[in-house]
Amino acid sequence: MIAPHSIFSLAQAASTTGVQVDYIFYLLLAFSGTVVLVIMFLVLFFVAKYHRGTSANRKSEAPISSRLEVFIVTVFTVIGLTLFVLAAKVYADIARPPKDAMTIWVVGKQWMWKASYPDHREEINELHVPVGQPVKLVMTSMDVIHSFFIPDFRVKQDVLPSRYTTLWFTATKPGKYRLRCSQYCGNDHAGMVGWVTVLSQADYQQWLAAAPEGAAAIAGTPGTNGALMATKLRTTFNQLGCIACHTPTSSVRAPRLDGIFNQTVRLQNGQNTTADEEYLRESILFPNAKISAGYVQPSLMPAYKGQITDQQLHELVDFIKSIRDGWPADATQPTEPSGNQPLQSEPKR
Amino acid sequence: MQFDDAEQQHEAAALGMWAFLATEILFFGGVLTGFVIYRHRYLEAFAEGGKELWPWIGTANTAVLLLSSFAMAMAVHEAETQGRRKHIARYLLLTALLGATFICVKAVEYTIDWHEGLIPSLNWHPEHLSHPDQTQMFFFFYFFLTILHAIHMTAGIGVILIVAWQTRRPDFSSEKKTTVEMLGLYWHFVDVVWIFLFPLLYLTA
Amino acid sequence: MSENIVQPELPLQRLNYINHDWSVWSWINSRDHKRIGVMYLLTITFLFFLGSLPAILIRLELLTPAPNLVTREIYNRLFTMHGVTMVFFFLVPSIPTSLGNFLLPMMIGARDLAFPRMNLASYYLFLAGAILALVSLVNGGVDTGWTFYTPYSTTFSNSAMTPMILGIFVAGFSSIFTGLNFIVTVHTMRCPGMYWSRLPLFVWSMYATSLILVLATPVLAITLLLVAAEHWFQVGIFDPKLGGDPLLYQHLFWFYSHPAVYIMILPSMGVISELVTTFSRKHVFGYTFIAFSSIAIAVLGFLVWGHHMFVSGQSMYAGMVFSVLSFLVAVPSAIKVFNWTMTLHKGSLVLKTPLLYALGFIGLFTIGGLTGLFLAALAVDVHVHDTYFVIAHFHYIMVGGTMMAYLGGVHYWWPKITGRMYPEGWGVFSAVLVFFGFNLTFFPQFILGYMGMVRRVADYDPQFQVLNVLSTAGASILGVGFLLPLCYLLWSLRYEPIAGDNPWGATGLEWKSPSPPPELNFETPPTVDGPAYDYDTETIHQEGKKKHV
Repeated sequence: MIAPHSIFSLAQAASTTGVQVDYIFYLLLAFSGTVVLVIMFLVLFFVAKYHRGTSANRKSEAPISSRLEVFIVTVFTVIGLTLFVLAAKVYADIARPPKDAMTIWVVGKQWMWKASYPDHREEINELHVPVGQPVKLVMTSMDVIHSFFIPDFRVKQDVLPSRYTTLWFTATKPGKYRLRCSQYCGNDHAGMVGWVTVLSQADYQQWLAAAPEGAAAIAGTPGTNGALMATKLRTTFNQLGCIACHTPTSSVRAPRLDGIFNQTVRLQNGQNTTADEEYLRESILFPNAKISAGYVQPSLMPAYKGQITDQQLHELVDFIKSIRDGWPADATQPTEPSGNQPLQSEPKR
Repeated sequence: MQFDDAEQQHEAAALGMWAFLATEILFFGGVLTGFVIYRHRYLEAFAEGGKELWPWIGTANTAVLLLSSFAMAMAVHEAETQGRRKHIARYLLLTALLGATFICVKAVEYTIDWHEGLIPSLNWHPEHLSHPDQTQMFFFFYFFLTILHAIHMTAGIGVILIVAWQTRRPDFSSEKKTTVEMLGLYWHFVDVVWIFLFPLLYLTA
Repeated sequence: MSENIVQPELPLQRLNYINHDWSVWSWINSRDHKRIGVMYLLTITFLFFLGSLPAILIRLELLTPAPNLVTREIYNRLFTMHGVTMVFFFLVPSIPTSLGNFLLPMMIGARDLAFPRMNLASYYLFLAGAILALVSLVNGGVDTGWTFYTPYSTTFSNSAMTPMILGIFVAGFSSIFTGLNFIVTVHTMRCPGMYWSRLPLFVWSMYATSLILVLATPVLAITLLLVAAEHWFQVGIFDPKLGGDPLLYQHLFWFYSHPAVYIMILPSMGVISELVTTFSRKHVFGYTFIAFSSIAIAVLGFLVWGHHMFVSGQSMYAGMVFSVLSFLVAVPSAIKVFNWTMTLHKGSLVLKTPLLYALGFIGLFTIGGLTGLFLAALAVDVHVHDTYFVIAHFHYIMVGGTMMAYLGGVHYWWPKITGRMYPEGWGVFSAVLVFFGFNLTFFPQFILGYMGMVRRVADYDPQFQVLNVLSTAGASILGVGFLLPLCYLLWSLRYEPIAGDNPWGATGLEWKSPSPPPELNFETPPTVDGPAYDYDTETIHQEGKKKHV
């Protein structure tokens, strides 16, 4: 099951974007190879023909050669820019995850990876994903900069502390693929490795079913059970006090969270931004960082930095994603705020 | 010895000094870039930090530095026109004196900051601040920038004193007049750096 | 000052910059650009071999997939030391401080640089910086990599950071003063008739390099100071836990370090221009293009630093801007390669050691430069960033390019600097060894990188072993190829024939002076009345028909 890593594996990218990357690579190889061969041939040819003692004609060259140079350089530049455009297009694909991607949280720390699945199962240095399904990793580091690299998928993304970065892929072939940290991060950087296992749809269902008891998943994720997890996320949302302002029936004016995920948000300073995971994380921890247009400055929302755990942060973000199509029917009834108010001050009008 | 004539030496000295000032622009520019980025990101915290500084001291110090540049300009003017060594020396000493005043005032400011517990990492007591980490960054940049500036001023004062001493020699020639000119360029540059630092640091609030 | 010498019989008994005073003090207190150049040459040669030691251990360790020669901790210090020593204490100073110092004033007909005392100060600053870095090494060394990425380097590294950072900081001022000296010299001290359009291409490349030295190095200096301050005081400039931004560090660092690679390659391109013309015995093809391409590289080189950060978390749009500019910066280099190749055309090629190094440069630099396009292409860089592909790319340019040019230049100007020839047979043999050893060492690394072997690791997956073994084999050959010149060049000082003033029949003012030159460079001040590389093509045409000259 382990994907072969011979030289010929160079031809075998196991992801959708990876195949395109290889295509650009081979174009570059063809272009570079031609140039190198031409230059080497010319050099050797000139050495053979013009070394001292040969009877070759050395009368000075016609001035047309300058125009020849300009022509060659122009061709070179045009080819180069074409390659740039092709590579940039593939890069734009790599940089923008599809909307229906399944999200897995990844935390890197010296010197291991921890993956959290939608059903809240966790794995260390392992990732199990279904074939043919876009998978998005939302990643952060607990200490220094790491980098998540799956060579066979041709994807890589640095993982930073206090920030989320994203990487996505769609695996095309079942198999076991190497995962490595590729940004030097200390003593055991060389040991920060793992495996990404791609399973066929059937095998993936089996793997999910074998999950620990009580596991559930966000509604909408294929092959999972929604209700239990939805309740857990809602509880976190309530316990942390978000429900006091961010529901349709709240008396406090606060930005709507239903339907906000991945939408464009207009900010106080006139700029637009996208409400992705990083935006939500930042707005929860530092509400004043990106105040929405039409709301007071400084924000009335208390800052959650230092008040919540990473796990709770993930759950809040997951909850906001789960309501992207609207609040559930019983949204106006807050369920058990249970008196947990870890806020610095009550929100006031 | 390496120059053909005095004119060549003068040209080389001028180009050399301008090139050196270009490096200084990049040098200060690097840290100022960082400062401006963080100031934009943490405006509130940096404004709070700025409030802890005393703008009237900063303004007075700016005036002192501008006066010192004026004195230096007089020294250069004297060197270029009449060349009376005594006058050059007096203007240079005045420049040095004003420069030293500037540094003493900064020392006083630093002492006040110490007593108020505003020295990052060494004596940092941010109880009254709402964003202590970010304001600590402001103070780090404040001390880093002003100390860097003060080091440049001190070096300048040192060279000014040396050149002022050299005016006592009767052979204080046109070569040395070039030196006064270049020193003037350097001193004005140090002044200009302060003109950037002062509003960024003191007038944010 | 040497008006009264009696002409002796042997050329070396003429008073020259070496023999007019043998005392140690006269050397270490010398303002003579030639003596300072020689002191630099000795120092950087020592530092080169010092920086090679960790490389030897690295390649030996990488013979096997597991860390069984050295531990991971030690390996991490080894590659850091190799990078820091080679980048900051060998490659950046190499050609400018040794060949540049020695030749620049002579090539423009001057007696010395504009500021000789500053030149001496530059040397001592460099020495001080190197000593500080050695202090760090003796204290166990640093393991951050030569790139010192934060927050690892500020929050998680050891105390050997301080002397290391300070050493590079101090050496940076050496760079700045050297660059400043060169710029002022070229502007103000050209001899009569030496217009800008008549400057040797080596001088153009030194000038372009100096622009970068002067403008980029201060940014490195201030960045290092900030890193040191963060390391000592933990104030949050680059540490995200305190509100800092690690990407700010990367931007500041690469703003210097990308132009720095052009500091490392531009001088070598200047050397190649000189070698190719002299050993083709004809004027260079496209002088103006080559001269301006040096300036273009210097300017464009400041605009592309973000291509080191495509996967760092910087925005996709920034990545696209840096990518297109990175493709464009390849164009001036391509122009140079084309022009050197066309200079060979219709020349009368003399296949001596310097030319062999130059031809090797043309091939290897072309490969290295083209693989830079792979890295500039966004989608491909996502895959190969931080892998051995990058390592292969920059070694092709730094070793296959700069080192080859450096060796070629040292051989070429050896008679001028020392008054002696070098043994030609050994020179050819070493050049060939270097070429083959180099390719065997680094070509497999391109493949390793694309297959997914990452950088800075003492262990790797077993399927990478074959290529690693090939690479180590190549490294041993390369090592011999580097040691040989050290031996035979030293040997030549005593045993090789004395060189004439112009053993190559080259143009250029430095060849109109005795070998070795007198202290003030020229016995009579030169004037120039024609363009550079003014070879007599008619004579060449006739010469070319003879088998032996």
